[in-house]
Amino acid sequence: MYFKNHLYWVLLAAGGLVALAGLYAVHMMEHYGHIISGMNNQIVWGIPHVFAIFLIVAASGVLNVASIGSVFGKAVYKARAPLASLLSIAMLAGGLTVLMLDLGRPDRIMVAATNFNFTSVFAWNVVLYSGMFSLVVVYLWTMMERRMNPYNKAAGLAVFVWRFVLTTGTGLIFAFLTARQAYGSALLPPMFIVLSFAWGLAVFHVVQTVIYNWNEKTLDPAILNRKKNLLGVFVLGSLYMVATYHFTNMYFAHQQSFELFILRDGGIYPNLFWWGYVVLGNLLPLALIFMPGRGKTRCVMTASLLVILGGFALLYVFIIGGQAFPLSIFPGYEVSSSFGDGQIATYQPSIYEFLLGFGGLAIAFVITTVSVRVLNFMPQDKPYIAD
Amino acid sequence: MNDIDLTRRNFLKTSMGAAAVAVAPGMLLFQVAHGKSEGASSKVRWGMLVDTTQCKTGCNDCVTACNKENGLSGGTLPTDSQWIRKIEIKDISNGRELSLPMMCQHCEHPPCVDVCPTNASMKRADGIVLVDKHRCIGCRYCIMACPYKARSFVHEPLTDQNPDVPRGKGTVESCTLCVHRIDQGLKPACSEACPNKAILFGDLNDANSEIAQKLRSVATTQVRAELGLNTGIRYQGL
Repeated sequence: MYFKNHLYWVLLAAGGLVALAGLYAVHMMEHYGHIISGMNNQIVWGIPHVFAIFLIVAASGVLNVASIGSVFGKAVYKARAPLASLLSIAMLAGGLTVLMLDLGRPDRIMVAATNFNFTSVFAWNVVLYSGMFSLVVVYLWTMMERRMNPYNKAAGLAVFVWRFVLTTGTGLIFAFLTARQAYGSALLPPMFIVLSFAWGLAVFHVVQTVIYNWNEKTLDPAILNRKKNLLGVFVLGSLYMVATYHFTNMYFAHQQSFELFILRDGGIYPNLFWWGYVVLGNLLPLALIFMPGRGKTRCVMTASLLVILGGFALLYVFIIGGQAFPLSIFPGYEVSSSFGDGQIATYQPSIYEFLLGFGGLAIAFVITTVSVRVLNFMPQDKPYIAD
Repeated sequence: MNDIDLTRRNFLKTSMGAAAVAVAPGMLLFQVAHGKSEGASSKVRWGMLVDTTQCKTGCNDCVTACNKENGLSGGTLPTDSQWIRKIEIKDISNGRELSLPMMCQHCEHPPCVDVCPTNASMKRADGIVLVDKHRCIGCRYCIMACPYKARSFVHEPLTDQNPDVPRGKGTVESCTLCVHRIDQGLKPACSEACPNKAILFGDLNDANSEIAQKLRSVATTQVRAELGLNTGIRYQGL
């Protein structure tokens, strides 16, 4: 017990330190400008956006666990709804902090809060993110306060609808960019929704495994089996969506050079896509989940960690690779200029970007660790009854 | 009863007089500070016609003039701002080569304005697309949305700015069509500097203007016309 108490404070201090390092990076970027980041006028969104978008998408997806419980009435999932909601709030907080602090003028956050351009999907997202935050807090309240229990179903339904709209909004950020080859596809919002299912559930699995270990409990194998199968289905679903996105692109003649760049010739991008996303982030987890003799706690934990890793790889390829490919301003012409026209843009992320990204993860970690310690988020399973 | 009413009436009169005396000089100063109160007119649409047949490879005079006018460093690192750049293009099928200046195309339906969360990106009534430096939060979504790569983000602190052209670290900027010169009745710096008169500036809406007449008589192109943005900058000979 003494050891655990000690470990808790050490973990908290470590999380706090990483978050502080993120704030230090923000201070440096504020002082010197974004010149100290690896971002430039060709790659305007970099590593911080990879972290932020992963956290926000996973924050929406992790609520799937809650929805299956509250909306579809599955008892096993209902017992996990409070933990899922907590993770959602924590990751949303971490992701939004990174997104906000990466702005050129984070001090003008009041300007963003008070001037709304209703044609901007970014402005919609300000509403969607803050609404999600409040809704999930209310949802948690209806679960944890006995007198509020009657409103739980309604709150669960509201969260269910809201998070679909929210992830649609995140996908639309890119879907509305008609000018760029990598984006501007109506497939992106549904693709982000399915990706959110896989990433959110993977994060949930990791946290759940740690909490069970910490409390020296073992997860009922029947429950583990159901949840790992669900993860497998989500991973397959997301792989299908990503494949469809690339296949449709390859079908359009004017998109082929972009696809060849991302999937074959683009150096780090095809490598990260095939090895990072497809092999490590999909095939290996699927094997760990579905191969006979696999699928035990440790395999599911490894599979979940790999799905998360694959998510980061995919977002790196999608966000940075998508910007690195030159804008086709004059199709059919060879183009050159002093501003990188017709050339593959280069990007070398700086330490400050990573500090900011990990700072966001640390914020999510600290919120989760403290909350799990002071409130009861441990899933309380009834003796197992098949739904 | 009457006495009391009179006292109140006098009090009100005196207070209103005092208020008028207090406010009037302020109002007067406000007017002086803001100069002409009339804004840009929507009857005008400023634009340019670039004659690529007159634009010479290797000539950079428009770029130099723009940098000087707007206080840009002229650096060409990926983190430096470039409001106007020369692009060399070569037709892959027949080898024909052209050189042309590329800058903000001052679209009628600018994607940068659509995506800006805070309305910092805006289009003036006379068609000039600008960034309000006091509202821009530096999210760079407009850079992602611009089909012409016309925008730059200020990556470093700035010194020695031109007072007519405010800029700021952490905000996005692009060609203003030299709005400060237009408001004084002058042409944009690039148009004035071009030795071959390849950049013709004028009001697209005025049927008698040189640019409108030329647009009627020669074949011109809008870059990425398929996006339907109706650009204010047109190209001839492309």
